[in-house]
Amino acid sequence: MESKSTLTMRLGLAIIALLGTMAAVSLLYVPYDVNEMNIAGRLQSPGALHWFGTDNFGRDIFSRVMEASKTAFLVGAVAVTIGLVAGFIIGATAGYLGGWTDEVLMRMIDALLAFPGILLALILVTVFEPNLFQTMIAIGVLSVPNFARVIRSGFFQYKEAEFVVAARGLGASHATVILRHVMPHIVSPIIVAASLSFSTAILVEAALSYLGLGVQPPDPSWGRMLSESQSYIGKAPWFALAPGVFIALTVLGFNLLGDGLRDLRDKKT
Amino acid sequence: MPLLTDWVKKAIEPEPSSQQRNCRLPEAGERDEDELLAVRNLSVNVKSSSRPVIEGIDLTVGRGEIVGIVGESGCGKSVLSLSIMGLLPSALKLGGGELRLNGQSLHQASQRQIRSMRGKHMSMIFQDPMTSLNPTLTIGEQLTESLRLHLKLGGREARERAVLWLRRTGLPRPEAILSSYPHQLSGGMRQRVMIAIALCCEPELLIADEPTTALDVTIQAQILDVLFRIREEEQTSILFISHDLGVIAELCDRVAVMYAGQIVEQGTVEELFESPQHPYTIGLMKSIPKPEKKGMRLYAIPGTVPSLHDRGEGCRFQSRCAHAAAICLDAMPALEHRGGSHAVRCFLASGERREMDV
Repeated sequence: MESKSTLTMRLGLAIIALLGTMAAVSLLYVPYDVNEMNIAGRLQSPGALHWFGTDNFGRDIFSRVMEASKTAFLVGAVAVTIGLVAGFIIGATAGYLGGWTDEVLMRMIDALLAFPGILLALILVTVFEPNLFQTMIAIGVLSVPNFARVIRSGFFQYKEAEFVVAARGLGASHATVILRHVMPHIVSPIIVAASLSFSTAILVEAALSYLGLGVQPPDPSWGRMLSESQSYIGKAPWFALAPGVFIALTVLGFNLLGDGLRDLRDKKT
Repeated sequence: MPLLTDWVKKAIEPEPSSQQRNCRLPEAGERDEDELLAVRNLSVNVKSSSRPVIEGIDLTVGRGEIVGIVGESGCGKSVLSLSIMGLLPSALKLGGGELRLNGQSLHQASQRQIRSMRGKHMSMIFQDPMTSLNPTLTIGEQLTESLRLHLKLGGREARERAVLWLRRTGLPRPEAILSSYPHQLSGGMRQRVMIAIALCCEPELLIADEPTTALDVTIQAQILDVLFRIREEEQTSILFISHDLGVIAELCDRVAVMYAGQIVEQGTVEELFESPQHPYTIGLMKSIPKPEKKGMRLYAIPGTVPSLHDRGEGCRFQSRCAHAAAICLDAMPALEHRGGSHAVRCFLASGERREMDV
C-alpha cells in the first residue's frame, strides 16, 4: 500500500513535470507570436483557435502563459541556486565553526528573516533598474535564510558525530569533513527546502511583476498578465483565470513535492 | 566468563615472552630512544569552569609496546586519548603539561601540523564500530581516503593496499567488502574495517578506545588477536583503553589504572596483577568474576566516583576506601615509584600514612 506522503510527493512531481514540459516546449514552439497584437480579435473567449482566449490587445493567452511559465521556472531555478550557494556558505561556516562566528552570522540571517520579504525585494529592485535579472537576485537573497538555517542545523547535528571525529582522527581536512562527511547527510533536508523555496520564488516573482517591477512589458509574465487583466475581470474572466490558475498550480506542485519529501524523510528517521 | 579468568591467569603466570617486554618507566625529563609517546603532567580542563577533567597524567608508550589504560566510565580515559589526538570536544581544552610524539611536541604544534600527523603517525580506533563509519560512503572510499591523503597513492595502488589491509585484519573477500556500505557489514566486520582504516598508513601509534566493548566475546578475542599480531609484525605501539581487566591482562605490556581523572597506579601487567597496591586496583581485581566463586555475591567497590564538582583536597578514592584515614582527607598522595616500573598513588602503599597516623 502506498503511503499518503508518497502519493503527495508523486502528485506534486506530476504537476511540476507537466508545467516543466510546457516551459520546455515554449523554448521551441508556441502556437502564436506572444507579442503579436490583433485589435480586431481582442478579448475573445476561449475556443478552438485560442484555447485560453485572447487579451485586451488580441494576443493569444495560451501562448503568453506558456512563455511566462519559462520565465517563472527560470526565476525559480536561478533564485534557488543563489539562495543555496549563499546559504551553504553562511550556514556551513556558522554550523561548522560555531561559537562567536555562528552568533554573528545567524543574527544577520535573523535580521534578514525579520524584514518583510516583498518589501526587501521591492527595495532591491527599485534601487537597481527593474528587470528580470535584478528580480532573480532579489528573490535569491530572500531564500538565503531558509537554506542557511537548514544547513547550519545539519552541521550542528553531524559535526561531532562519531564518524566525523573518526575522519578527523585520520587527518581529514576541513574541506573533506564538510563536503564528504557532513554534506551527504544534509542533502535531503536541502532538497525539501529547495522545493519549498522554488514555490516561494515563483510567487514573489508574480507579485513583483504584478506591481510592475519584475518582467517588463511587452514580455509576458503570470503576475503581469494578472495585473493587465484586472480592468477586464467582469468582461473577460478567462484573461485573469489563466495566469491565476497557473501560479496556483505551480506553487501547489512544489509545495506538495516538498511536503511529501519531508514526510517521507521524517518517517525514515 | 571463563575466558576472562584465563586471561588473568595467563598474565599472572610468568611467560617466556614477558622477558622481552619493555618494562622501564623513564624518569621525568629523560628522553628515551625507545620512547614514542610521552605524556608529562598533562591536564585537560572544562573550558567554562576551568575545572580539570584529567590532571597530572604521566605516561609513556615505548616503540612496539602495548600500554593499557583501565578505569571505570567517566574516569577520563577517553579524554586522555582524544587529547593526544588533538580531537577534544569543543567544551574541553588542554591545560598544562606536555605531550610528545617522537620527541615532537603536540602541545605546540599547529592545527595543520597535528592534522598531518593524524592517520599517518598516530591513529585511533573508536569504541562503537556501528557509528564510527560514515554511512553514506563505501568501505573502499573510506579506506582509500587516508591512503590518498597521507601516502599520495593513486586510485589503483590505494585500492590494492586497501585490499591487503582488509585481508590482514582477517576479513574474507576483501574486494567485495570494498564496494559495500557500512550497514551491509556486521559489528565485528566493521571493527576490522576500522582497524584497517586506522592502520593502513602504518602509524607508529595506535590508540584503541575500548575497541571491543561493543562486540561479543568471541569477536572480542579475534579483534584482540588482530591487534596483537599487528604489533608483532609492524612494531606498532598501542595505547589500549578499556574497562575490562581481562582484556588488558591478555594484551598489554604495561597498565595504568585511572580513577577520577588521575593515574592511581601503573606498572607492568605482572606487577599490577600480582601485587596490586592501590585500594582501587585491589577492589577492581576482587570484582573480576571467577568460576570458583560461583553462587557467591560478586564484589563491588562501595560508593560512586566523586563528580567533577565534589573532588576535594584529599585523595580522590578516600570516600570509597576501607583504609582511609585523616591524612587521606586533607592531602593528595603523589604517584610514587615502588620498585621496578610500579608506581602507586596512595599513602597506605607508600608507608607514609602509618607514620603520620600515629
